[in-house]
Amino acid sequence: MQNSRYIARHVVNLPKSGIRDFFEIVAKMKDVISLGIGEPDFDTPWHIREAAIYALEKGRTHYTSNLGLIELRRAINRYVEKNFAITYKPEDEILVTVGVSEALDVAFRAFVNPGDMVMFHQPCYVSYSPSITLVHGEAIPVPTFAKDNFALTAEALRAAWQPGAKLLVLNLPCNPTGGTCSREQIKAIAKFAVEKDLLVLSDEIYSELTFEGQHTSIASIPGMKDRVIFLHGFSKAFAMTGWRIGYACGPAPLIEAMMKVHQYSMMCASIISQEAAIEALVRGEDAMKSMRDQYHRRRDFIVRRFNEIGLKCHLPRGSFYAFPDVSSTGQNEKEFAVGLLESERVAMVPGTAFGANGAGFCRACFATSYEHLIEASDRIERHVQSLAAAPAVAALK
Amino acid sequence: MKPIVKLLLEGHGLNTARMAQLLNLSEAEIERQMEELKEQRILLGFRPVLNIAHEDSGVVRAVIEVRVTPERGGGFNRLADRISRFDEVESCYLMSGGYDLLVFVNGASLQKVAGFVSEKLSTLEGILSTATHFMLRSYKENGFLLESKPGSNDRLKVTP
Repeated sequence: MQNSRYIARHVVNLPKSGIRDFFEIVAKMKDVISLGIGEPDFDTPWHIREAAIYALEKGRTHYTSNLGLIELRRAINRYVEKNFAITYKPEDEILVTVGVSEALDVAFRAFVNPGDMVMFHQPCYVSYSPSITLVHGEAIPVPTFAKDNFALTAEALRAAWQPGAKLLVLNLPCNPTGGTCSREQIKAIAKFAVEKDLLVLSDEIYSELTFEGQHTSIASIPGMKDRVIFLHGFSKAFAMTGWRIGYACGPAPLIEAMMKVHQYSMMCASIISQEAAIEALVRGEDAMKSMRDQYHRRRDFIVRRFNEIGLKCHLPRGSFYAFPDVSSTGQNEKEFAVGLLESERVAMVPGTAFGANGAGFCRACFATSYEHLIEASDRIERHVQSLAAAPAVAALK
Repeated sequence: MKPIVKLLLEGHGLNTARMAQLLNLSEAEIERQMEELKEQRILLGFRPVLNIAHEDSGVVRAVIEVRVTPERGGGFNRLADRISRFDEVESCYLMSGGYDLLVFVNGASLQKVAGFVSEKLSTLEGILSTATHFMLRSYKENGFLLESKPGSNDRLKVTP
């Protein structure tokens, strides 16, 4: 069958996700300790799950407004005002979406004309570049570096900028690097965005998981609110990945444009997830902080261990990812990850799955139990030692 | 709260070596801190959380509401302390509301618990009344659900 002739050209040309390749290798193996899972190990706190059950019992099974339940949008407004110091009108400046992923997709479809250029920092979440390609935009990756703790700098932006750039995507704290920016760095990025007249899509899904200092949203910088779409969700902070629920906030005309795309594709986010999201925002803070405390301790442990083992690792200020440099082993990130998996049954994702300049690094998610982290770090140590011994053995032969 | 207390409260049941690794301290330092917690009477001890029903142990448990006459100077403390010293008493709390002390009691049989209440507890001077409730079934013990297994948490092995 030559059915493939039906597939659109830009989809045929879309590269397969590096994560997918690696997943297929790992899925075939048993007894793997995986540090490759990009989601919390905690189940959603019970009171949030219970709110969803209650909603079902009460017959909350219908469509909601395209924008989302007004109670949820009001709760989002209060939450964002309290934690990010930005105010959005629940009536027309907030759109509830099926996770931040949908919010991003809808934003690209609403704002990108074919050929428009979209800047984003790399290494980054796997879907930014393909999502831009799917709307026939042109992706402009901007590198971030270990020497800056993977913070995005205005200098790097300036160096990568090209005429025709229209959008800038930020993901701070960043998956996979854990990189964040200081308030001063955010201000410099904001200044650059104003100078180049860029619309900023700010994906702040990991913002609650900031371990040092205060998280600053670019939308809170004076003068920026009108050119920022603030994207956030419940997956990471409230351990709600499977609920697929997120939101976008921004100036009313831009939210209206996004809502048009959303209403013709998704109609609305699941009402059950929306009900659970209200509970998370109103009463979820304690559970969220308790999870963050545990991530914090795990981060301190795993980063210290990577450095002890000889895999240089910067301290990720946010997210639940460590991004150690494995190049000191003499292997590239893929060789290292596959070797580690085969010899010690520990999975880390090769950094190049998150962009070309992830070369030499692997992503280790520390959202897993203490026991697993300790055991994984011991196994990684053994593997690194065996790699160091291997050339000597080879020389003896 | 001290990091070591937080770790203990999270209830992972980690041994000294594991705690030392996680907190980046020596095992000797962990042991010193544990001793200190014991001396300060913050850490009182460790006990396993068991699903007794599965053991067919024949243990009978009861909760007793006790009303007492408070004493000048000592309030409820002297009597509460005296009740707490019985081996049958697992826990004892001073409560607000319709009674004063809530006492959790263990016994080998219904008769033994009843005997403890009628002969030991209610005969103490200062006890005004007791109301004994026998426990029929336990659903949750010290944070552990008894009847439902913990979720399988079947996360995919690698995700973005």
